[in-house]
Amino acid sequence: MDKLTILTDAAKYDAACTSSGAQRGHKKGHIGNTSSSTAGCCHTFSADGRCVTLLKVLMTNCCVYDCKYCVNRCSNDTRRAVFSPEELADLTIQFYRRNYIEGLFLSSGVLVSPDYTTERMIYCLELLRNQYRFNGYIHAKAIPGTAPELVTRLGLLADRLSVNIELPSEQGLTVLAPNKTKKAIFRPMGLIKNTLLENKEELVKYRHTPRFAPAGQSTQMIIGATEDSDRHILSLTQALYDKYRLKRVFYSAYVPVVENTLLPALDTKPPLLREHRLYQADWLLRFYGFRAEELLDEDSPNFNPLVDPKCSWALSHPEFFPVEVNTASREELLRVPGMGMISVRRILYARRARKLDHEDLHKLGVVMKRAQYFITCKGKLLDGISQRQDSILRNLIAAERAALPGAELEQLSLFDQAG
Amino acid sequence: MEEIIYRYDGTLEGFLSCVFDSYANKESPCGFQDETRLEESLFPARWVETNIPHAERVLAGLQKIDPYAQELVAKGFLTCAPDKEMLLYRFIRAIYAEGKKLLRRLSDGALLPLTKAVRHLEGEVHLLKGFTRFSDFDGMLAGEICPKNRVLPLLRVHFCDRMYNEAFLLYDRTHREALIHRPGQWAILPLENFKMAAPSAAEAQYRRLWKRFYDTIEIKERHNPRCRRTQMPMRYWSSMTEFQGEDYFTAGDVQTLPPHPIPPLPQGKNRTR
Repeated sequence: MDKLTILTDAAKYDAACTSSGAQRGHKKGHIGNTSSSTAGCCHTFSADGRCVTLLKVLMTNCCVYDCKYCVNRCSNDTRRAVFSPEELADLTIQFYRRNYIEGLFLSSGVLVSPDYTTERMIYCLELLRNQYRFNGYIHAKAIPGTAPELVTRLGLLADRLSVNIELPSEQGLTVLAPNKTKKAIFRPMGLIKNTLLENKEELVKYRHTPRFAPAGQSTQMIIGATEDSDRHILSLTQALYDKYRLKRVFYSAYVPVVENTLLPALDTKPPLLREHRLYQADWLLRFYGFRAEELLDEDSPNFNPLVDPKCSWALSHPEFFPVEVNTASREELLRVPGMGMISVRRILYARRARKLDHEDLHKLGVVMKRAQYFITCKGKLLDGISQRQDSILRNLIAAERAALPGAELEQLSLFDQAG
Repeated sequence: MEEIIYRYDGTLEGFLSCVFDSYANKESPCGFQDETRLEESLFPARWVETNIPHAERVLAGLQKIDPYAQELVAKGFLTCAPDKEMLLYRFIRAIYAEGKKLLRRLSDGALLPLTKAVRHLEGEVHLLKGFTRFSDFDGMLAGEICPKNRVLPLLRVHFCDRMYNEAFLLYDRTHREALIHRPGQWAILPLENFKMAAPSAAEAQYRRLWKRFYDTIEIKERHNPRCRRTQMPMRYWSSMTEFQGEDYFTAGDVQTLPPHPIPPLPQGKNRTR
């Protein structure tokens, strides 16, 4: 019981918790499948509102590294524990059968060396897959500095691999994570990308090739522990999607757990609003056809806390609007603030039957709160809508304020005073 | 046309037989009543006997217009919309008259209320895929849910694949029916007054472990109960392990465990009520 507490407590700052992307049906004599729905499956939500879908634990919180921001760093005086592979496999299976979880998220502190730790993780997962016949989802963490052949073996057991970037700049790494280097982090990431591509080719040739990390790879970085700007973080994200074909980049608002002169003070609140804005921008990159350089530039390197990134973009590109709902392309519609994938899909489907007006959009479930300032239906704006930039901005800020949590409001009022 | 109320046995086939009759008799019903909620009304009422060939003809007609129309009707019948029969009836009338182009008129009065009800059903199914909890009773898994819609026929597909090699029972307390599964065989059967037995020592231990995991995984600095309630409405909490009172985590006396009488699976074809 204590072991589970310690090793969960140590793993909880990892943001990634998804079970999507792998589609594997049941197997006779094995336990489970991987969720066939593309959206993944949330099994519960913790009191901080984050989804819980995997049993997220560390194999051990013993660590030889001394990263300044981390609770598990070797110089921290905290209780240490190690799961035995049998315990971990039994816990996963029993939680899975009771529908508590979708699978296992296995991460670990570095025990002795990266290779040694990865070998132990492989042993754990082999036991779980082969002896306990677990067919559900596994997310495993690849530790920077691990030998390539070990990463490959890990990938054959797991559905998703991730290598954490931790800090968005090399400078941050040297100061705060002296045992990690940019090169050591990107090497396994590149290796995973190449193995994924090779595996894809082989699957075309030989149907029964064992699949390597079918749900791809992801990473996460800590926001607010260093001075990096949103622009830097978002460009890095863009590069990761382009060059390393990552499925997801996660952001984790820095929660001060350690007193250190190099880090924000212990009473700093986690920058949740900033994290939220980065996630909104991340979605714009992945699904809405935006590029990082469109959203932020040298003049405005950080997101406006008052309105979301898409609204900011729309306000600085008045020449693009208004968009005519009945004739605009999918790409154009996706750039309208307040319109999401589902709204756009419904519009494209419904408008083939007949022209839509504002009333129709409302019935389709399109949220007009933001969109109303940027669209026309059959050439007409909604009655009483002003197109003046300053009044739009004012209304958008008012619309956004209600959606932000209470703590953020305080942050906003501080900002108002400063600005 | 005459104003009339159709009474039927509460099954999809029964309802479709009503639809068939309304065409055959050139009637336009102003209401439907199923067996379980018969009430006096001002309008004349008539009992419609379930006729499987008639029901199949209505379904085949829908299938021919568009498979999605048939899916909407089948799913719409599982929803908790208070006037689901009238919603379905209006939709069927409209789509037979206008053909598949109705399906693109998403804001049409004959289609919109039905798609809304079905979306509500599908949303509930999706959430319950995650929020359902099972307990192990001597190798057999049992769980319980209180959904608004009749979700079992849709949840079945998910859980029978996920727990392919397990024997399990999932009880729907709202509609008093249970999904029962053994490897390769399943059925959805009516079941009154199901009560879960007390947990064994091992079961209670796993419940405690899960509760501990749940309580530990929260980052206290990010505490946000409003966000949690948005993602996971409180009406689901009553059947989830992590929100139960202390009794739930203490083992019962194994000797007095009453093995709940599970109705035997019907022989032959898998079926739903």
